[in-house]
Amino acid sequence: MSARPQIKNLDLEMARFQARLKVAAGFVLLLSVVLLARGFYLQVVQHDFFTQRAENNRIALVPLAPHRGLIMDANETILAENYSAYTLEIVVAQTESLDKTLADLGELIEVTPGQIRRFRRLLAESHEFETVPLKNRLSDEEVAIIAANRYRLPGVEVKARLFRNYPTGDGMAHVVGFIGRINDTDMKRLREADRLQNYKGSVHIGKVGLEQSYEALLHGRTGFEQMETDSGGRAVRVLSRIPPLPGHDLKLYLDSNLQAVAEHAFGDHLGGLVALDPQSGGVLALVSRPGFDPNLFVDGIDPETWKSLNESEERPMVNRALRGIYPPGSTIKPLMALAGLELGLVKATDKIVDPGYFSLPRSSHRFRDWKPEGHGVVDLSKSISQSCDTYYYRLAVDMGIDRMHDYLAQFGLGEKTGIDLEGESSGLLPSREWKQRRWNKPWYPGETVIAGIGQGYHLTTPLQLAIATAMLANGGKRIEPRLVQAVRDPHTRTWKQQPGQVRDKLAITPAHLEVVREGMLDVMRPGGTAAASAAGAPYTIAGKTGTAQVVGIKQGERYDARRLARKHLDHALFIAYAPAENPTIAIAVMVENGGSGSGTAAPIARKVFDYYLTGHYPADMKQDVKRAAN
Amino acid sequence: MFLWMRHLDGVLLLLVLALLGVSLAVVASASGQSPARISGHLVNISLALAVMLVVANVPPHILSKFGPPLYIAGVVLLIGVALFGEVRNGSRRWLNLGVISFQPSELLKVALPLILAWYFQRHEAVLRARHYWVGAVLLLIPFLFILRQPDLGTALLIGASGFYLLYFAGLSWKVIGGGLVLGSASLPVVWSLMHDYQRRRVLTLLDPGADPLGAGYHTIQSTIAIGSGGMFGKGWMQGTQSQLDFIPERTTDFVFAVFGEEFGYLGAILLIGLYLAIVGRGLVLALRAPTLFGRVMAGTISLNLFTYVFVNIGMVSGILPVVGVPLPLVSYGGTAMVTLLLGMGILMSVATHRQINRS
Repeated sequence: MSARPQIKNLDLEMARFQARLKVAAGFVLLLSVVLLARGFYLQVVQHDFFTQRAENNRIALVPLAPHRGLIMDANETILAENYSAYTLEIVVAQTESLDKTLADLGELIEVTPGQIRRFRRLLAESHEFETVPLKNRLSDEEVAIIAANRYRLPGVEVKARLFRNYPTGDGMAHVVGFIGRINDTDMKRLREADRLQNYKGSVHIGKVGLEQSYEALLHGRTGFEQMETDSGGRAVRVLSRIPPLPGHDLKLYLDSNLQAVAEHAFGDHLGGLVALDPQSGGVLALVSRPGFDPNLFVDGIDPETWKSLNESEERPMVNRALRGIYPPGSTIKPLMALAGLELGLVKATDKIVDPGYFSLPRSSHRFRDWKPEGHGVVDLSKSISQSCDTYYYRLAVDMGIDRMHDYLAQFGLGEKTGIDLEGESSGLLPSREWKQRRWNKPWYPGETVIAGIGQGYHLTTPLQLAIATAMLANGGKRIEPRLVQAVRDPHTRTWKQQPGQVRDKLAITPAHLEVVREGMLDVMRPGGTAAASAAGAPYTIAGKTGTAQVVGIKQGERYDARRLARKHLDHALFIAYAPAENPTIAIAVMVENGGSGSGTAAPIARKVFDYYLTGHYPADMKQDVKRAAN
Repeated sequence: MFLWMRHLDGVLLLLVLALLGVSLAVVASASGQSPARISGHLVNISLALAVMLVVANVPPHILSKFGPPLYIAGVVLLIGVALFGEVRNGSRRWLNLGVISFQPSELLKVALPLILAWYFQRHEAVLRARHYWVGAVLLLIPFLFILRQPDLGTALLIGASGFYLLYFAGLSWKVIGGGLVLGSASLPVVWSLMHDYQRRRVLTLLDPGADPLGAGYHTIQSTIAIGSGGMFGKGWMQGTQSQLDFIPERTTDFVFAVFGEEFGYLGAILLIGLYLAIVGRGLVLALRAPTLFGRVMAGTISLNLFTYVFVNIGMVSGILPVVGVPLPLVSYGGTAMVTLLLGMGILMSVATHRQINRS
């Protein structure tokens, strides 16, 4: 090869290479412009958008759950309190396999089958990304074990949670109620009430009883911490803090000792009792037997226990004082007598001769008195003290169902009392109009007759009877029953009295009321139906017994219908107030299948009166009380 | 002046040191001032600078002789990987040699341009089409092995470096144009041959919001970081995205997100400017190189560096799919640092051995 073409070739090659370098440089510059344009778009054009995204990433609002308000009785004995404990919780979405996680946990700490069952039930109600408790009240050792093994248990967390304790157990369950985990229904209700934001950090909500009806006061205000968090959600530092505001404390009219006495007096009987302060309407005792342990519900009840409570024939979850509806029976007679007097249908001195039955004109059907041979000559006072049915059969017919309805309605029968608990029943005060509307049938005269002694369609709750009794005691002031006496503001720590409501003031002719009261006093005197229950009392009682037939009576309550097949005993009722001259307590007692009012219901009331008015515990209860006090 | 300093290109050295200074600052911030990370990074940088120094002192014609053995070793190791390699994250890329485990594909990043440059230098005087065919075969062997691992990103980067070399060695424009047409026509075929994870990455690029906690998470968080940095940045060590752990791989592949967040658009302009200066200097050195080996190597190394910069910043800022490419000379990582500074060493060797070569 010659030298010349070689050199020429080299020049050409260099020129060609130079051109290629230029193309490469152009390519580099072009792509650089692409990068810079992208940078301009992200960092200048979209800067605000990404700044917001970065802030959202970094700042988390951490809710701070407030301490729930305490509930205490009139003597400031605690009925519901808080405690904090560590719980073991699982976020299923974060676990690799739930079964494996549960198995691993089972090897580290004790997890009972009941806890797993409960966990699975809660899980079924929750979303996959929600944290669901497996085991509550971990010991320090268990917390340490879980903490040490956390790295291999994704989705498992130990959390400090506030819990509720009900030291009075099943005695107060129907009054205080319980809290439970917030479920979808609760969420929906909170959302509609625009209160959901306040429950950001809360796990529990009041489900039943005062915990439910005073939820808004008890819950308190949720605080918030603005936290800077890293990508794992771990808090780095606090940016700002709004402290939570604890809930209001509640003080009741109710005396837990009185409540205990009343419960004890029931013994094994089922039923309900309401004791009121007839002036203020304050509820001194509210018993529904049987009770249940509210503590079971706080952590989420396990399915077996729930089933046994819910399907028990005794229906422990039903608050009989508010929701149990029973025929009032003869306890309605003082009200009927008053109605007769006020409507001018009878005078106190009017007498009838009772042959032991009553028949409607042109009818051979005999409405029997409870005393087959009859009460003989009966005036109004005796009609009450002897509970003469015939007297009231006649009075009812004279009065007619509509006037009866209108008068009794003024004592609150057939209407909700307005107590500060949810779920009360309005009972049933029958009328012609009601029967037409409900059954599309005319009213029969015979139905008026039995309505006169509180049978037939009549249905009342123990609470309604207690209100009516209190009205007899206070002279016609229709009070609204109240459990909560005062509310304590979390800021000022001062109690604020909750004024009782008076719905109506019935104008009753004093002389008429006096006659009826006298009749009720006679009930408790020798010769009266409940004389035995007043024997030896250092104060005076005005009362009225009642016995409601179970067989042959239409029943509104399902659970009653079931019991009917098994037990045919009558329901025992008793209403009373004391001391008769200056009543401070009015009471209504209902004992399911108790037999007779004088035999089972009146002795219960006597024990309650004794404790309330003299401070004496029933003789057979002293040991129990001492134990409970410790 | 020490004798060995003669073979360092002053301009290039200054630019590289400036970039390494940036790197130290960003890695320090990104690692949360972790002493282990920072000292590890310093060790890597020192080691890589030493390699650069040594390579710069080796004359190009000696360097070129490393081409064939390194290439053969690389291919043998790739075969080894295919047969005995460890599977990590679903692909077979690592070879465990007892003491160390490494990716042979890293070796090919140097070896492929070297052997091609060596080959074209040998046939400089008589370059014909068949020489380019041989070059293409040399390129395709490692390319296909790496593609099968599967590691599409690395395969494309190595393929690109081979292509740059062929380009600077004078590959016909017609072939390049034909290749481009053929390439775009075969995209659907490539798509159908792609692995699921590869397709997902491409789709994620088109719509990162579709899978915000999965495949799109990296990109979403890095673009938030860059975008929230604004014009001037949040300040060194002040990036919330970076410091609060929202950016994954933030000392390595996603280090640009930290840089963009803390130093802003202005910082990004300066950083890209710095890269352009290095690339520009490399191209100038290529132009001045006396031999074909020097020219094509210098051109390829420069373009290669820029390709890494483009792919990395492109993926971190959300315009390219996520592939495992570090930001050259900034990301934490020993292998890449050594490989890249070795390239700089070759550039310097080419630049400073003119007279010696000529004589």
